[in-house]
Amino acid sequence: MSVVRVPPVLRAEAGGAREVEAQGANVRELLEDLSIRHPALGSRVYGEGELQSFVNVYVDGEDVRTRNGLDTEVRESSTVILLPAMAGGC
Amino acid sequence: MATYRDLLAQTKDEISEVDAAQAGALAGAVWVDVRELDEWQEGHLPGAVHVPRGFLESRIEQVAPDRSQEIVVYCAGGNRSAFAAKTLQELGYEHAHSLVGGFTDWKRNGLEVVVPRTLSPERRTRYSRHLLIPEIGEAGQLKLLDSKILLIGAGGLGSPASLYLAAAGIGTLGIVDADIVDETNLQRQIAHSLDTLGAPKVDSAKRAINALNPDVNVVTYRERLTSENIDRILDDGWDLIVDGADNFPTRYLVNDASVWHDIPVVHGSIYRFEGQVTVFKPKEGPCYRCLFPEPPPPELAPSCAEGGVLGVLPGIVGTLQTNEAIKLVAGIGESLVGRLLLLDALAIDFSEVRIERNPDCPVCGDHPTITSYIDYVEFCAR
Repeated sequence: MSVVRVPPVLRAEAGGAREVEAQGANVRELLEDLSIRHPALGSRVYGEGELQSFVNVYVDGEDVRTRNGLDTEVRESSTVILLPAMAGGC
Repeated sequence: MATYRDLLAQTKDEISEVDAAQAGALAGAVWVDVRELDEWQEGHLPGAVHVPRGFLESRIEQVAPDRSQEIVVYCAGGNRSAFAAKTLQELGYEHAHSLVGGFTDWKRNGLEVVVPRTLSPERRTRYSRHLLIPEIGEAGQLKLLDSKILLIGAGGLGSPASLYLAAAGIGTLGIVDADIVDETNLQRQIAHSLDTLGAPKVDSAKRAINALNPDVNVVTYRERLTSENIDRILDDGWDLIVDGADNFPTRYLVNDASVWHDIPVVHGSIYRFEGQVTVFKPKEGPCYRCLFPEPPPPELAPSCAEGGVLGVLPGIVGTLQTNEAIKLVAGIGESLVGRLLLLDALAIDFSEVRIERNPDCPVCGDHPTITSYIDYVEFCAR
């Protein structure tokens, strides 16, 4: 299982958790597994085989858009960060 | 017992003395001025480094690590430098020479001298803790004093940033904010106070900045940043923008303008216990649109007024932004260009992800499709 870090604005969709676990050999499999374990969270970031465009996904600190997108490899030891923009400076 | 004259004569016998012409012929020589600071400040030889006689032994290796290189030491008349050359010999320097006649003869003969730009005694005292750091020193402090930094927002992030930038001696601080100070701000916006409740934030911040450091020239823009006014504000000539805006339309507007005006942006954003910090430097790294091509839908983009924020969090993030700003202006250290720092104050966890310029970016990419301001409110509401 890999660790998935949940951004603060999506924690309500993950029962308040800062981190959840999900399984998959690549980002696509991981997000599909995440959607089964945490449907509310999964549907916010992934749907119809595509990543929502406002969410960045980092596997071990690397943006998957600069790697192989949804085919980017994920390891058991990987940390996956889901990251939407935050605007606040207030 | 030897007198001063005896010792001087003996020393001069033991060292090499050169005149200006001979010294000028020494290839690759390091010129060391061993006079006191006040003498150096009144003028010195071009290209010389200043190592006062009292610090010669402890500092010479920093300026001349190679003991086989040519070194020309000089003082006002050639006596202190004779003793300095003798000391260098004792330290193993094989080619140390004392300049006959020193600075006085040099100047009298009409040779070129340089009068360094220096800090006033008041500034030397105020910024003494910066001057002691080798990476900053007098040259770095002069860069800070010459710099112009624009703060977008005088709120949570802008408060600590404005105060620490002011304390650091940034020459000119511009502040853009249309709001007035209210009681809910005081939980975190430390540039404001009970005394300025109801006052425009730009005026309140200016008051706090000048109470801390009257040296800082504060330029206030009491207006909401828009595509109508941003070019006028940026045309006032800023070296750097510190972005502490509180909404997505302004973030994208600042990004696009900074790319077109070629001004680096130190970005910070906060929500509850979490923060993001990076530096967007046009041509050298990604821009905000490379990182976040689109904002989240409005229901996933709550403001601090809606979702709250830990009061100290903007203090942490705003000072991290200030650290980046000072390094960029002074030209030191490694910046956050290409790196997004993520911090979680609750877990006290700092992590970093790599961010890259997107060659297909609509604003800073190879073939930009957005080349003038758009309707940012509409773009962020989609």
